[in-house]
Amino acid sequence: MPPAPSRDLLVRYAPGHPGATPSAAEHWRELWRHRELFFFLAWRDILVRYKQTVIGIAWAAIKAIVTVTVLAVVFGKLARLPSHGVPYPLMVLAAILPWQFLSSALTDAGNSLVGNSDLVSKVYFPRLIIPASAVVVNLVDLFIAGLTMAGLFIWYAFVPDWRVLTLPFFIALAVAIALGAGLWFAALTAQYRDFRHILALLLQLGLYVSPVGFSSSIVPQPWLGVFALNPVVGVVEGFRWALLGGASADLFPALPLSILVSTLLLVTGVRYFRAAERRFADVI
Amino acid sequence: MNDIVLSARELGKAYVLRHQSRAPGQSTLRELMANSTGRAWRRLRSPAGAEAEAAPDHEQFWALRDVSFDIRRGEVVGIVGRNGAGKSTLLKIISRITDPSKGSIAVRGRVASLLEVGTGFHPELTGRENIYLNGAILGMTRAEIRGRFDRIVEFAEIERFLDTPVKRYSSGMYVRLAFAVAVHLEPEILIMDEVLAVGDAAFQRKCLQRMHELIAQDRTILFVSHNLGFVRQLCRRGLLLKGGTVACDDRADVVVAQYLRGLQESSQIELLDRTERRGRGDVRLAGIEISAPDGSLALEAGRAVRFAFHVTGMVPGLSCSFTLYDEFGQAVTWFDSALNGSSDSSRPGTRTSFVCELDRLLLMPGRYQLNAALSADGTLQDHVEAAAFVDVQTGEVDGRAVTGAAGYGSTFMPHRWVRPC
Repeated sequence: MPPAPSRDLLVRYAPGHPGATPSAAEHWRELWRHRELFFFLAWRDILVRYKQTVIGIAWAAIKAIVTVTVLAVVFGKLARLPSHGVPYPLMVLAAILPWQFLSSALTDAGNSLVGNSDLVSKVYFPRLIIPASAVVVNLVDLFIAGLTMAGLFIWYAFVPDWRVLTLPFFIALAVAIALGAGLWFAALTAQYRDFRHILALLLQLGLYVSPVGFSSSIVPQPWLGVFALNPVVGVVEGFRWALLGGASADLFPALPLSILVSTLLLVTGVRYFRAAERRFADVI
Repeated sequence: MNDIVLSARELGKAYVLRHQSRAPGQSTLRELMANSTGRAWRRLRSPAGAEAEAAPDHEQFWALRDVSFDIRRGEVVGIVGRNGAGKSTLLKIISRITDPSKGSIAVRGRVASLLEVGTGFHPELTGRENIYLNGAILGMTRAEIRGRFDRIVEFAEIERFLDTPVKRYSSGMYVRLAFAVAVHLEPEILIMDEVLAVGDAAFQRKCLQRMHELIAQDRTILFVSHNLGFVRQLCRRGLLLKGGTVACDDRADVVVAQYLRGLQESSQIELLDRTERRGRGDVRLAGIEISAPDGSLALEAGRAVRFAFHVTGMVPGLSCSFTLYDEFGQAVTWFDSALNGSSDSSRPGTRTSFVCELDRLLLMPGRYQLNAALSADGTLQDHVEAAAFVDVQTGEVDGRAVTGAAGYGSTFMPHRWVRPC
């Protein structure tokens, strides 16, 4: 059967022409049209990660268990940091969940364009799909690690209160940070491979300036504002607040600052990515 | 009703060449910082416009210049040209992979582009998984893939290996599967870059048949191919690119002929410059002309053809020989002026040419490589591999069509059938 004649006309101009940049609305419509590809790419990455393994996705849980055990022993038994009456391993685990998600989602998103350069240079689709699906894949690991967390809660006979219902909000915040920064790094790495190393360094430092192994309450008051400019602080403390109840540092000023900074990251990230997108195939 | 589905206006594409020994695309921060901070900041802020302003150590290279054309619904257009003529760049702009640096391009309708067979195939995934993944990458929806799944599997002939990771496939199976997914795309505009030449003879026939089906469905198809037989067979219209510009936009056979003429001219110029040659070199091959007696450069199977070899001088006992090879590198036939025949002659006027005339070119359509040699009294004077290429088009012998099929041999024998009545 012959194709029905299509009405949609797409005109593209060289830079400099008033019509060179498609409108934001058109850009989002285009993304929506390619939503299935987004899921397929995420599905591919999840499948591939555990192909030819015997126990498959259980590895995600094992990774989480090992990390928690090591951290619980190192920090809980040796460092003796204050934990506000909550079992110390729980305090660390509540922070490890978002931190691991953030660091691996950001790494994957940052390297995603370069890793898919064959697609970028041979097929058209909105490029935003690539880093976005890299972030989503890491959500799956986050959920599996979350199940491990549930096991630990049972072990310590600790029952979270109503606050646990706010967890999706903090997850969304973590996604916003990972995607916002991931877009910046993906676009920059496509042209300047230096940013791959810069990102690795940043994440290494990030572990020490984020309250993962400690609670924000040990940060001296005058420094709290500067400390909380790191949007990860709000997410990590938010996870603790939601999972462990109020026995945590104040969410102020960390949370509002985190929302502000991550919104800024996301908005500028999308903008920069969109502007750089048209050149990816030429420079990657 | 507006029938134009694709329209290019003064299209240009510039790439920035860096004069440094570095892999393409591997730019580093140093370079960004070496430029003035102002420029660096502008580049970070507007990466799309950055290519317009080239730094001093950069040079702009225009891969496409001032390309304009319109393509109507249902047209099948073959794009020919030498390597680096801008064919792939043009297809990349049409398929939205890259943006033009100049001009505009308007496309009406859904475009599917196939610039490479098997883009996005993942070796760890099974055949079944890759069909879905590759289909989605090429722009099919999940429902469309599901609907065509059985046809794709049947086309690729991989039923038994559907749940085997494609890394265990033979290269033939891999290519068949990739191509099967691609030809079951049903876009309004299909764009292909040199992807028809995959698989064995039987599979190629199947692909061509599928192409004919798509053409019959009135789909618009643009394809790049070095197989001029395909271009003439499938296309009504041709587009010849030369140095990034449209050198000819006409009927496919006219464009192919012009392309061949250009090839021939350049191979004549090149022949003396070739350094990869053997022999003493007292006398050397200066040029080769291959043409039909009417002067036309398109060689049809079954028609007469004339090979002329121009040499730089004459030594006693000089003879000329040449061999034709098929695309698999198999020698097909051999000609030698040292072996006398009763109809040979010498013409006093031509002092520095050997001419070999064939009344009927009994070769199957395809591209043949010609190696030529000059010898004098048993001493090799000059030998040039791939001195020329012979593109034989479909034709007829004794009223019988010579269409040929890759893999079933290269020669045609005049024959007659006695059929049961």
